[in-house]
Amino acid sequence: MTAAQSVRTGLESLQRRVASGDVGSLPVILGLFLIWAVFTYLNPLFLSPLNLTNLMAQIAATGIVSVGIVLVLLLGEIDLSVGSVYGLGSAVMAVLSVQKGWAIAPAIAAGVLTGTVIGTFHGFFFTRFRIPSFVVTLAGLLTWYGAQLHVLGEKGTINLTDPTILQIANQFYPASVGWTLAVIVVAWLAADLFIVRRRRAAAGLPLGGWAGAIAKFVVYAGVIFGAMAVLAADRGVPLSLLILLAFIVGFDLILTRTRFGRHIFAVGGNAEAARRAGISVNGIRIAVFALCGTLAAFGGILGASRLEAVNYNSGTGDTLLNAIAAAVIGGTSLFGGRGTVWSALTGGLVIGSINNGLALLSAASDVKFMVTGGVLLAAVTIDAVARQGRQRAGV
Amino acid sequence: MTETGGRPDGLPPTATDRQPVLQLRGISKRFGAVQALSAVDFEVYAGEVVALVGDNGAGKSTLIKVMAGIYIPDEGEIWFEGKHVPVHGPRDSAALGIATVYQDLALSDNLDVVANLYLGREELSSPLPLLSEERMEQRAREVLKTLDVKIPNPRNPVAALSGGQRQSVAVARSVMWKAKVVLLDEPTAALGVQQTKQVLELVLRLRHQGLGVIVISHNLANVFEVADRIIVMRLGRRVGTFNRAESSEQAVVGAITGAEFGKFKPQE
Repeated sequence: MTAAQSVRTGLESLQRRVASGDVGSLPVILGLFLIWAVFTYLNPLFLSPLNLTNLMAQIAATGIVSVGIVLVLLLGEIDLSVGSVYGLGSAVMAVLSVQKGWAIAPAIAAGVLTGTVIGTFHGFFFTRFRIPSFVVTLAGLLTWYGAQLHVLGEKGTINLTDPTILQIANQFYPASVGWTLAVIVVAWLAADLFIVRRRRAAAGLPLGGWAGAIAKFVVYAGVIFGAMAVLAADRGVPLSLLILLAFIVGFDLILTRTRFGRHIFAVGGNAEAARRAGISVNGIRIAVFALCGTLAAFGGILGASRLEAVNYNSGTGDTLLNAIAAAVIGGTSLFGGRGTVWSALTGGLVIGSINNGLALLSAASDVKFMVTGGVLLAAVTIDAVARQGRQRAGV
Repeated sequence: MTETGGRPDGLPPTATDRQPVLQLRGISKRFGAVQALSAVDFEVYAGEVVALVGDNGAGKSTLIKVMAGIYIPDEGEIWFEGKHVPVHGPRDSAALGIATVYQDLALSDNLDVVANLYLGREELSSPLPLLSEERMEQRAREVLKTLDVKIPNPRNPVAALSGGQRQSVAVARSVMWKAKVVLLDEPTAALGVQQTKQVLELVLRLRHQGLGVIVISHNLANVFEVADRIIVMRLGRRVGTFNRAESSEQAVVGAITGAEFGKFKPQE
C-alpha cells in the first residue's frame, strides 16, 4: 500500500465514521481550539504558561469526579449525588484528621471509603428495587449533603493543617521529572504501536496502513511534549495533574482492555443482550456506582487539599454539573455504551477554560453559567444528532 | 397423537435408521386455562433443517422455548443424542449444545463484531488478565469464513451492519460454541430479498456442517427453499409432517388452517 493510498483509506474511514455518527472526540477538540482562540484574542495572558498551569491544576478535582461520571454514563445511567459525596468524603477526612487526630493516610482512606459505601448503596437500590438511577442519586444528593452538614458540625468550616494533605494539590515537580515522564510515555506509545502490529501480523490479521497510526502517534507525542513545554516554562508539573492523568490512563486501560470494561460497554449498549450472554448485569451496575462514589469522594479530598479547608459549600454549586457536563462535552454519550474516560480531561479542559478565561476577563458568574450552559447544550445536541445518524446508518 | 417412539410419518427413508439429535416426547404445557401444547412429539436429526410452521397461537414459540429451557413442560420428556436429559433452565439447554438465536438478535450495537461473538466468553491473555484481542479476532474471522458470512471488517461496530449481516452474526455467535442444534425464530422477518437470501444460505451451511436446525417461519416460500421436513402445529398439537421434496405449499397451508385438501393426511 503506498502512502497516498493509505492516507486516502484513512480519510475515507474518517468520513464514514462521521457520516454514521461515530464522531468520537473530534467536536470537543475543535471546540477547545475555538475557545482558546477566542480567549487569547480577548486577553493574550490566557495562553501564558502561568495561566495554563493554573488551568491544569484547577480541573484536577472535578476531572476525577468526571471519570466516575463517564463510567456511569457508559451504562446509560446517571449519578446526581457526586457533588454531595465529594463534600461528605472530604468532610469525613477533615474531621478525622483535624478533630479526631487521625494520621492523614487512614483519614483519607476513610473519606474515600465513605464514597465507596455510598456508591454501593446507590447501586443496590437501583438494581434491587429497579428505581431509576436519577431518582436514587437525587435522594442521595439531599441525604449526603445533610450528612456533610452533620459531620462538619456547628462551626461549618474545618481548616486543614496536615502538611501531607496540603501538599497533594499544591506540590509541583521540577521540569526534569516531567520531561522524563513525557519521554517514557511517548516511548511506550511508540513501542505499543510496534507490539500491536507484530502481534496482529503473528496472528495473520490484516494490518492497518502506517499513515494513520503514525499520524495519531505524532499528534499524541506533540500534545504531550507541547503540554510539558508549557508546564516547564512555569512552576513545573502539578502533582494534581499527574493524579488525574493516572486515574484516566488506569480507567482507560480497564475499560478497553479488561473483561470488566468490555462488560460495562455491553451492559450500556444492550443490557438484555448482556444478560443473555451470561454477564452479571446487576453486578456490573453495582460495581460502577461504587466506583463512581469512590472517585467522587477522592475528587473531594483533592478539592479540599486545593482549598486547604472543608466547609458547608464543599461540593455544592457547580461541582456536580461541571462533572457531568465535562463528561458529555468530552463526547461520552448520555444514551450509554459510547465514550471514553479521556472525555473527563478534554471536556474538563473546555469547562475549565471557560471558567478560567471568563475570570481573566473579570466576568461575573452570570456570564460563566450561561456560556457553560450553552456549550453543554451544544455538546448534547451533537450527541443526539450523532445518535440519529447512527440509527439511520444502522437500518 | 398416535405416534409412538418418536417415529413420525413421512420421515425420509435415510433418516429412519438414525437417532434424532434432539427429541421431545409427549410434551404438554398449560398456562392457566390455556393448553398451549398437548402431547407433542418432535425430533430433529443432525444435518437436517426442520421448519416449524403454524398459525399464530399454534404453539410453535412455546415448543421452541421448551427446547431452549425457558419453559419447563408439565408433561413429557426431552431426549438428546439418545439419552433422556433433565432440562431445568436455559443453562441446561445451552450446556447440551442447543443454541437459540432470538428474534431481537441480542447483539450489542456499540460493540464490534468480534466483541459480540465473544460476549461473556472473552479470552484473556496471561499473566495479566487483559483481553486477548488478536486471538479473538483470529478465531472470529475463521468462524465467519467457515459460515461464509461476509463482513467488510469485523472490527466495525454491529450498528454499521445490514439486517442480514446482523442476523448472520447472531447465528454465528450461537453456533461457534459447540452447538449441535440451532433454534431460529423467524430469522428472515423484516429482511429484504437479498438479505433473506444471505440468511437462508447460512441456514443451509449450518445443515451442511452437521447441525440440526429448527426454523420457525411464517414465510412458506422460504421454508420450501431450505427445509428438509416441515412440521405443522395447530392449536397446540402436531398435525402434520411433510417431506419438502414430496409436498406442495398448498398441502402445508391446508394443514396449517385445518382445511382438508390436497395430499394432507391428518394425524389425529
